[in-house]
Amino acid sequence: MSFFKTQPKDLILLLCFAVVVLLAPILFAPIGAGYPDLLQKFAIFGIFALGFNILFGLTGYLSFGHAAFLGVGSYSAVWTFKLLSMNPLPAIIFATLVGGLFSALIGFISLRRTGIYFSILTLAFAQMSYNMAYSVLTPITNGETGLQLVQSDPRVLDVAFGRDYGAVLPSSDLFGIGMTGYPGYYFCGFMLILCFFLTLRIFRSPFGMMLRAVKSNQNRMNYTGLNTKPYALAAFVISGMYAGLAGGLLAVTDPLAGAERMQWTASGEVVLMTILGGSGTLLGPVIGAGAIKYFENIFSAFNDQILAQVYSFLPEILQQIMVAISSLFVGEGWHLTLGALFMIIVIFLPGGLMEGFKRLRNLISGKFGGGNGSGRATAPAE
Amino acid sequence: MSILSVRNVNKNFGGLKALDAVNLDVEAGTVHAIIGPNGAGKSTLLNCFVGRLEPDTGSVTFDGKSLLGIQPHEINQLGVSRVFQTPEIFGDLSLLENVMIPAFAKRDGAFKMNAWHEVAEENDIHALAMEMLADVALDGKAHDTAAQLSRGDKRRLELAMCLVQNPKLLLLDEPTAGMARADTNNTIDLMKTIAGRGVTMVVIEHDMHVVFSLADKISVLAQGTVIAEDLPENIKGDPRVQEAYLGGAQL
Repeated sequence: MSFFKTQPKDLILLLCFAVVVLLAPILFAPIGAGYPDLLQKFAIFGIFALGFNILFGLTGYLSFGHAAFLGVGSYSAVWTFKLLSMNPLPAIIFATLVGGLFSALIGFISLRRTGIYFSILTLAFAQMSYNMAYSVLTPITNGETGLQLVQSDPRVLDVAFGRDYGAVLPSSDLFGIGMTGYPGYYFCGFMLILCFFLTLRIFRSPFGMMLRAVKSNQNRMNYTGLNTKPYALAAFVISGMYAGLAGGLLAVTDPLAGAERMQWTASGEVVLMTILGGSGTLLGPVIGAGAIKYFENIFSAFNDQILAQVYSFLPEILQQIMVAISSLFVGEGWHLTLGALFMIIVIFLPGGLMEGFKRLRNLISGKFGGGNGSGRATAPAE
Repeated sequence: MSILSVRNVNKNFGGLKALDAVNLDVEAGTVHAIIGPNGAGKSTLLNCFVGRLEPDTGSVTFDGKSLLGIQPHEINQLGVSRVFQTPEIFGDLSLLENVMIPAFAKRDGAFKMNAWHEVAEENDIHALAMEMLADVALDGKAHDTAAQLSRGDKRRLELAMCLVQNPKLLLLDEPTAGMARADTNNTIDLMKTIAGRGVTMVVIEHDMHVVFSLADKISVLAQGTVIAEDLPENIKGDPRVQEAYLGGAQL
């Protein structure tokens, strides 16, 4: 099987990645991120960004509507819970498939255009989906309230296997293991490792090379006997399936699906994650997703009382001024911080955090006797 | 045997008659040059061979198959490769990848979802691409990024990308345009080597030095019609050609 033919260097990368994911509760504890709810978000949005990067990082098509596939994935998963079973496996399989189907439809139409027109088309489709989820599709989406589980759901598979949740509202469980807390994180983490492995294989494959060629020069591709359309569509559908899976996992850890997941701000967020981490790189999007979710968690928790404490060493009048200024950047206003952070990265590190790490490594290896030159000659996509 | 035959091709842009009843036959294994003053319709004619433009009337047949109404990538899959006036390469990718991509296109067709294979396992394609890079003396830069190359080296790379597909017909649109003299001479030498292997070529060129050192046969296009088609030595002395192309001056 070609599984075992993965290049040794990539196997080591995969292994390191898996170790970090598995030890995350310990590794991230010192920075205050070692608790399951946040770690679940890291893993889920890591998957979302990994998939988005296959489209944006490799082919260069900037989709502004990927949150639609995330939302569709969530709805599909919740419906699977309601109709079939509380087991997360059918839910995520169904979420991935529906994400793929939906993205095939939107991709087929949007990919008739390139550049800004493509971005606008995807944005329009996503906003359409968002508005429809709130209005005409209420029977499927339950509108503003969001799709929720109820005790009287049929759950035909659970019933067939004699699984009875009694008088309480059921929660998702994998053969008896509840999908909240650490088990929920490890379920998402396992999916993240799997997705990372798949992405790694795509990056190293002739197909991945063709996707990078789509970004580089479509005209040359056409005159080289390659049909660019199916390549771009395949990348779009793959990234849609990743988004569907991420949406499904959101529902697995918290069985609820709302339309706000499909809003354009959510689509913009995955763009930021990918660019912040380093688009077109393997690890960048996961790091970008983690960084944004981490800072969101920290900054949005601040409020005026906490700020007042922080500035308590200042005279009262200065303290009030500083609190007034700082409060713009925290809590609800944390997006202002995100915007500033994003601007700094794009201006000073166009290659994202991955470029920052690379410069740092070059700086260090330059200081310590130049390092060895061959060690730095890694594959261009890394 | 004629590998490419153009019959009675007409093309109008609005009121402008860009091509007027053009007939052309390219013999297999020869270098056929198309020359003519600016605006004579040379590039329009070439674009009709590769699916970029559709003639209003007439036929273009390659190897017994019509080239009209099919996409550029389908025409390439029939065995027609093209070199552009400004080299069209994959600037973000390495030279090696630039040459491997056409090799994959030749082997796997217009689309293949081989996402589970590793490029590193494709030893045959790798060896073939390295061989082609060595052919154009770029093997030492195989892992460099293509965008960094000089104009002349980009042209050599583009030729390697075409040659790796072992094309039946190679179309060259002003291959030495905008090149320094040394690069031009290198490119001519390379094209002579390619011609020596029996690759059929159609060359559009302004530079007479290039044309007369390469071509087996020359067609002269003026105002959308072929006014002469002959061996290079006869074209040199043809008064009609001198009138149309050189404005009466002696060559």
